[in-house]
Amino acid sequence: MKDRLKKIREEAINNIKSVDNLDKLEKIRIKYMGKKGELTLVLREMGKLSKEERPIIGQLANDIRGEIDKELSLARERIKEELKAERIEREKIDISISKKSKRLGHRHPLLSTIEELQDLFISMGFSVIEGPEIETVENNFDALNSPENHPSRDLTDTFYITEDILLRTHTSPVQIRAMKEMNPPLRIVSAGRTFRFDDVDDTHSPMFHQLEGLVVDENITMANLMHTIDIFIKELFGKDMKTRFRPHYFPFTEPSAEVDVSCFKCKGEGCPVCNGTGWSMELLGCGMVHPKVLKNCGIDPEKYSGFAFGMGIDRITMV
Amino acid sequence: MLLPIEWLKEYINIDADTKTLADKLTLSGSHVESIISLDKGIRNVVVGKVLKIEKHPNADKLLITSVDVGDETLQIVTGATNLKEGDYVPVALIGGKLLDENYIDKTNFRGVDSYGMLCSLRELGFSDNIIPKSQRDGIFVLKGNYKLGDDINEILNLEDEILELEITPNRSDCLSIVGMAREVAATFNEKLIIPKIEVLSEKGNVKDYINSVKVDEKLCNRYYVRVIKDVRIEESPLWLQLRLMKAGVRPINNIVDITNYVMLEYGQPLHAYDMEKLRGNHIYVRQAKEGEKVKTIDGVERSLKPSNLVIADDEGAIGIAGVMGGMDTEITEDTTIVVLESANFNSKSIRITSKEFGLRTEASARFEKGIDPNLCEIAAERVCQLIEQIGAGIVVEGNIDVFKNPVDQKIIQLRPDRVNKLLGTKLSLEDMSKYLERLELSVVKKGDNLEVTIPSFRLDLNSEVDLIEEIGRLHGFHNIKTKPLVGVLTRGKKPYGKIIENKAKLILQGLGLNEVLTYSFGSPRVYDKLKIAENSPLRNYIKIMNPLGEEYSAMRTTLIPNILTLLSRNYNYGVKECFVYEIGNIFIPKELPIKDLPIEKKMLSIGMYGCGDFYDIKEVIEILLERLGMRDIEFSREENNPSFHPNRTAKISYKEQPLGVVGEIHIDVMGNFDIKERVYVAYLDFDMIIEEAVLEKRYKPLPKYPAIMRDIAVVVNRDVLVGEIEKIIWQNGEGLIEDIQLFDIYEGDQIMKGKKSIAFSIIYRSYDRTLKDDEVNRIQDNIIKDLENKFDAKLRS
Repeated sequence: MKDRLKKIREEAINNIKSVDNLDKLEKIRIKYMGKKGELTLVLREMGKLSKEERPIIGQLANDIRGEIDKELSLARERIKEELKAERIEREKIDISISKKSKRLGHRHPLLSTIEELQDLFISMGFSVIEGPEIETVENNFDALNSPENHPSRDLTDTFYITEDILLRTHTSPVQIRAMKEMNPPLRIVSAGRTFRFDDVDDTHSPMFHQLEGLVVDENITMANLMHTIDIFIKELFGKDMKTRFRPHYFPFTEPSAEVDVSCFKCKGEGCPVCNGTGWSMELLGCGMVHPKVLKNCGIDPEKYSGFAFGMGIDRITMV
Repeated sequence: MLLPIEWLKEYINIDADTKTLADKLTLSGSHVESIISLDKGIRNVVVGKVLKIEKHPNADKLLITSVDVGDETLQIVTGATNLKEGDYVPVALIGGKLLDENYIDKTNFRGVDSYGMLCSLRELGFSDNIIPKSQRDGIFVLKGNYKLGDDINEILNLEDEILELEITPNRSDCLSIVGMAREVAATFNEKLIIPKIEVLSEKGNVKDYINSVKVDEKLCNRYYVRVIKDVRIEESPLWLQLRLMKAGVRPINNIVDITNYVMLEYGQPLHAYDMEKLRGNHIYVRQAKEGEKVKTIDGVERSLKPSNLVIADDEGAIGIAGVMGGMDTEITEDTTIVVLESANFNSKSIRITSKEFGLRTEASARFEKGIDPNLCEIAAERVCQLIEQIGAGIVVEGNIDVFKNPVDQKIIQLRPDRVNKLLGTKLSLEDMSKYLERLELSVVKKGDNLEVTIPSFRLDLNSEVDLIEEIGRLHGFHNIKTKPLVGVLTRGKKPYGKIIENKAKLILQGLGLNEVLTYSFGSPRVYDKLKIAENSPLRNYIKIMNPLGEEYSAMRTTLIPNILTLLSRNYNYGVKECFVYEIGNIFIPKELPIKDLPIEKKMLSIGMYGCGDFYDIKEVIEILLERLGMRDIEFSREENNPSFHPNRTAKISYKEQPLGVVGEIHIDVMGNFDIKERVYVAYLDFDMIIEEAVLEKRYKPLPKYPAIMRDIAVVVNRDVLVGEIEKIIWQNGEGLIEDIQLFDIYEGDQIMKGKKSIAFSIIYRSYDRTLKDDEVNRIQDNIIKDLENKFDAKLRS
């Protein structure tokens, strides 16, 4: 009987070790350990043994049963791991494929530049205001101290609806509205559509966009204007950007300046893009609000001063 | 404005190199746009003398010349026909270099060797528009005696550089060499050297030639006349021609050249008339008569109007004042007596006339901006001086000077504290005076203030702030120490409407729509293309008085044509799908023609083709409005909108107010916009959305209790709307319905004709307990009963 037990043990363990799926493993379990399993049958025959043999064989049979049990569970784990590995291998996909089924829309680049600029100025304490596209000659030219015979007033420069009403040629009339409607201190920016008599081609359009800023308070100086523009340029284009304030002429500011910034291409070294000057030209126009303009809006120029700046968004969007 | 450095240096001593000069001028307010170098790399071109000209034995069009270049005589073949023996010409030697790296080699022309090349001005780097007509088609012949073998670069002064300046419209005084020299002097704190103007000998009497000048005082402030007799018309000397060419003006003849020269030098336009062509001995400056005609020197006969100021003799107009002279009195080779005009015309009048004729000349450009009337005399005398100097004629004694309003001396009070207060500087009184005096302003201290006297050439200085600007720019803006803004801290804000607009754009972007931007104006023909009724208020558009063309003449009253035009363009460029939106204004007049500013109303328009159907565009609107907190949206059939498909279009209302329309574009309209695919468009009143949107955030906890799902399928008449049935379901839900999902609509064999089957899944959930089947069953029964009553619905088994 001892030999039979040992044979069962050897056979069972060999079978278990070579099995490769759970069904077969179960069959093996039944074959040896089931109700009619070989080991069970052997144990049932224990009664036939002598008193002396019984405990020895019994012990041996229990050991073997334990051993087979252990092998069975090891094999079960092994097979599960194998199956998992197999599945993972089978599930390999080509991760280079793009589905391209979902899409985010785009904001119009010009309008998103305006958003960006406005947010920048909001962070500097400016408030955003808006004005109409159709304006009065009064707000667009007269109140802004534009000389009566200034060429920009011509029919070949400005779109008119009537003699007194036009499509605004710049965002500056919003300044006038702000100064007439609100009391200093004022810190505002405004952006929007503007119109000039320009034929349509790759670089010209009868409609373009401007952003305009205005500060009016007591003791506002040119030094404040330059500081504000400096910060703005550095925030927008990077800390290493230099600005240059070049005296210029606008009817509504005095002193007036145009602002150049380091050439975007060469960062100031001088290259063909900037005609070797190192400067990107005319990014922005600015100046101290003309006393006549303040007066036109009912603000006392002896008490208050202010600065204004304006820029073409179409140009900034391109850089 | 072109400023040749060599010419500039006649009035000022500066050593600075051109780059430094340009940078400093730019920072003091005269923007140098570029530095033009005349050195085009031409090397080894020398002066030669043509000794002999012979015919080429084998070619009719070629000549063989012997040219003495100093140390040798060269045989050179040329095709030029303007040469004669004895002429001095530029000779490019073998090994020499012309424009564009063009090297000279020994060449054989039809069997004859040529050891160099004779050059034209063009080959020396001058552009066609400034080369004198006489020199245009041939070798450049140098007038006078030159040392043979001398470098042509030196003779033509090709090392010279030219500054190209942008002069702002307020500084017309800087449109001249002297004016710019004055700026350079102020910038570099140097002294201006003005040549002494004097005529050495005068003969005769001006009255023997011109008896009187009658002037329209309103349109001409000053008219100054001199006469020159015994004039010999010929080419100007080389130095004069060169200066004109470098300043961008083509030399013509000595008299005309001198008037142009002085115009460039002082900024005063001048005109010379041929005395013998004048009819009578009077000059009139007057408004033209209606229909009066004059042939200008460009050969065009022009019909005049009273708005044009003319110069006339006893019989009629002889020139358009300040714009262009007449051909009949033009200086010609035969002219012997010259009447010189130096006038100050009304700038507005010149501007209008110049615009009317589309004639913008060097003269009109200067008159338009305004000129110091004191310059009339200075410039005329300078012309006389130069004519005498080059021996072109004899100046007649005396002048006629009609000067109605001599300029008053301008005096401006300047408060020094005001200067520092505006600039943010700490300049001393002395600094301020110093800067102003550099500009030839005279400054006297009066109490705490400065009394500043303005020279007549500074038409732009009229108030205190003008002087502050002058001080600022000479001090240098770059020398102002920047200071941060101080004051009460304010929080920057965006208008509420902008916040809603941005939120809407973010939602639309998330749904995959692209933002577009179209013109605020368009063609009035679009209303027909959209089939809009003749009496529709949409046709009450505001018209631009001076549009770029009809297609840009109407301020838009709807965004639909813009979006359709854009879709059409994309479609016809082969873009397969397009889903776009625009938020922009439409313009609604209060009356026509308008007297007041119109109403500008913000609209949202959405357009789509190729990526969905009606329900896709509708869904975008539903999500958008839901996210903007507008929950009571109703869609109802819109059957009478002429631009849309009558059976595939919905009116959108919010709280029973019309909010917009969404639908498929009418097949005719698709055709009118040249799109051959179904197009869906929506428009919504965005001002109303701004008004009604609710931005408060609502928090809804995650469900804690399970949901129960039930399906329901009913058969109803074909024209019953799903929305109406859903409304009934919601109404009976006792607040326990979480969602209704339509999952099938069926019409066909299994259903009676004229009927359809609609199937929904209804999800029930309570937030405070687990629902029981009984409860849900009861609700389901109620729904079915209600549907039976209202729509004669039959439960489909």
